[in-house]
Amino acid sequence: MTEQQDVSVFVIKDCALAAIATGLRAQNLRELRDHLTGIHLGCIYYHFWGGLLRPHFDDPEYNNDFASWARHALHDVPLAERLGVIDPADYPELEGLRQELIETIEERIEETEYQTWSRPDQQFHFVRAQTVSLDTGRRLTQPAELATIVPQLSLGSVFYHFIDARRREPQGVDDFRAWLAQFGDVHDGLRVRLAEVDPYFINLAELRAQLTRLFRDYFGGPA
Amino acid sequence: MTTLLDSYAAVAGADVIRHLQQLAAPLKGARIVHVNSTRSGGGVAEILTKLIPLKRELGLDARWEVITGGGEFYQCTKGFHNGLQGTRVELPATLRRAYEDTNAQNAEELRAVLEEADFVFIHDPQPAPLLRHIPKRRGKWVWRCHIDLSHPHRPVWKYLRDFVNGYDASIFSLADFAQPLPHPVYLIPPSIDPLAEKNMELDTAEIEATCAQYRIDCTRPLMLQVSRFDRFKDPVGVIHAYRLAKSFIPGLQLVLAGGGASDDPEGDVVLAEVRLAAQDDPDVHVLLLPADAHRTINALQRAADFVLQKSLREGFGLTVTEAMWKAKPVIGGDTGGIRLQVVNHHTGFLVSTPEGAALRIRYLLHHRERLLEMGNKAREFVRDNFLLTRHLREYLTLMVGLQHGAQDRIDLG
Repeated sequence: MTEQQDVSVFVIKDCALAAIATGLRAQNLRELRDHLTGIHLGCIYYHFWGGLLRPHFDDPEYNNDFASWARHALHDVPLAERLGVIDPADYPELEGLRQELIETIEERIEETEYQTWSRPDQQFHFVRAQTVSLDTGRRLTQPAELATIVPQLSLGSVFYHFIDARRREPQGVDDFRAWLAQFGDVHDGLRVRLAEVDPYFINLAELRAQLTRLFRDYFGGPA
Repeated sequence: MTTLLDSYAAVAGADVIRHLQQLAAPLKGARIVHVNSTRSGGGVAEILTKLIPLKRELGLDARWEVITGGGEFYQCTKGFHNGLQGTRVELPATLRRAYEDTNAQNAEELRAVLEEADFVFIHDPQPAPLLRHIPKRRGKWVWRCHIDLSHPHRPVWKYLRDFVNGYDASIFSLADFAQPLPHPVYLIPPSIDPLAEKNMELDTAEIEATCAQYRIDCTRPLMLQVSRFDRFKDPVGVIHAYRLAKSFIPGLQLVLAGGGASDDPEGDVVLAEVRLAAQDDPDVHVLLLPADAHRTINALQRAADFVLQKSLREGFGLTVTEAMWKAKPVIGGDTGGIRLQVVNHHTGFLVSTPEGAALRIRYLLHHRERLLEMGNKAREFVRDNFLLTRHLREYLTLMVGLQHGAQDRIDLG
C-alpha cells in the first residue's frame, strides 16, 4: 500500500482476477467436505470474494458459492442459510475460514439421515483465483485527496484497497485505514467509520459510492 | 478522431477502459497471434474482428492468422465438433491424416510469425496441432476451446487431447465445459459486442418496419425465441407454452426465428415439426432467416416484450445475452450457461417445462412494471459482465498471469 521510503504516500493500485479451474468437483456434501480439507486456499478466496470481480449478479440470494450451491443444487436450505451467514471478513486467515466451512458442513452431514446428490450438471466446481495487481502511477500525499480520488477509482482498485488488503500481512485491514493510522490519531473518527463499512453484502460499484460519501462527509466536497 | 476505445467507453464506462489500459501497459509491444480457421462467420471470427483492433489500440502487437484446408480437413474438423459435443462419430484415418497434414502445411506458412510471437492463441480444434510443428517457439501458447467439452465422445477427445496437452494453458467458457489437462485451465465466459450490427441501438422506425415486413403487430404482446431449429432448443415446447398462455392472453404473438439448416439434415426435420405444431396459427411466426440477418434479429429482439430460450441443453447461450442487452427479461431453460445469466426473478425466469414457461409468460405480461424492472436489471448485468471489454480484460489478465508462472498473486509493482 505505501512505499517503504515514504510512509505518507499512498500508492493507488489496481487489480484483476483470473479464474483457474482445478478440475475438482463435488456432487454431494461428503465430496465437498473432502475436497475442502485439502483444497488450495486460493479456491476459498475465489468462492467467497472472487464473485466481486467476476461475472456475477449484483443482488444474489447468497453471498458465497458454497451457500448458493447448497441451496440451488442440493436444495438444502438450512445448510445454505448457515453457509450464507459466514462472513469471510471475520477470518483474518483463509485457513480459519476453511475450518469454519468444514465445521458447518460436517455438522450438517451428522444431522441429516440421507445424503443429497446434485444433478450431474450442477456439480460444485472448485476454481481458484489468480490475482494480478499493478501500480496505476497515481499517488496520494494528503488524506483529504481521498474525497476526490475514490470516486474515480476503477472497481479493481476498490477491490484491491478495501477488500484484498485485509488478506495482506501484516496489516489485516483495508489500505485506507492502514494509511490513515500513519497520521497518528488525527483521523481516528474516519477510521472507525471505515471499519463499519461491510463490503460483503454490496457490489463494488455500491462500495465505491459508499466510500465516496464517507470521505466527502468527512473531508468536505460535493455530495 | 474517435477511437474504438472511446466508442466502448461510451457503452461500458470510462473506468472500464482505463482499467484495460493499465492492465495492458506491462504487455505493451507484446507480439500476440490469434489463429483460427475462418475469417468470417461464426462466433470466434465475430469476437476476433473486434478483439484484434482493440488490443492494437491498447499498444499490443496483435494479429490474426487463419489456417486453410481442403474438403477432407473440414470434414474431419466438423466430425471433431460433433464428437466433442457428445455425438458418436468415427474419424477414419484418411480424414485424420488430412487434418494433420493440413496443420503441417499451415505451420510452414506461419512458422516465422508463430516462432517469434510472445503469445499464441489457438482457437478450437482446427489449428490445435500447429504447436507440434513449431518446436522453436519462444512464447506462451494457449488453446482456446469455445466448445462444450463436458461430455465428449471419448475416442475423439483422446485423439485431440494429445495435441492439446503440450500447451502452456487452455481456456474454457465455463467450468462445466472443461476437461482435465496438464496445465492451467483458465475460465473465460464469452461476450457480446455492443457495437456490432446484432446489438447496436436501432431507431423505432426500423424496428416497426421489420415487424411490418413479417406481419407482426407491434401493438400486441410479442415473445421471441431466436435459435437454430434443433430439438435441444425445444421450439415445439415453446409453441406448447405459447398455446397454454394464449388462452389467457388472446392477443399474444410468438416469433420463432432461426438460421438456415443447409448443413444440418435434422434441422429440416425439426423445422417441419415446428411448422406442424404451429398449425397455421397466424400469431405464430416461424422465420427462417439467413445467417447474416443480424439487423433483423436485433430489431425482433427489441420489438419483443420478452425473450424465450427454452433450451433443454445449451452451451453458453449468447442469444440470451443479446436479449438481455436489449433490456428484455429472458424465460430460459434451466441448463448450461443460461443459468449463469438468467437469475431467477431478477433478470428472468428459469423453467424446466412448457407449463413453467407458460406461467412465467402470463406473469410477465400481467406485471408490466416487473417486466421493465427485470429488463433493466438484465441490461446492467450484461453491461457489467458480458461485454467484449470484460472478455478483453480477462485475456490481458491471463497473459500477465502466464508471464509470471502459476503463482496466486502477481504484483507488477
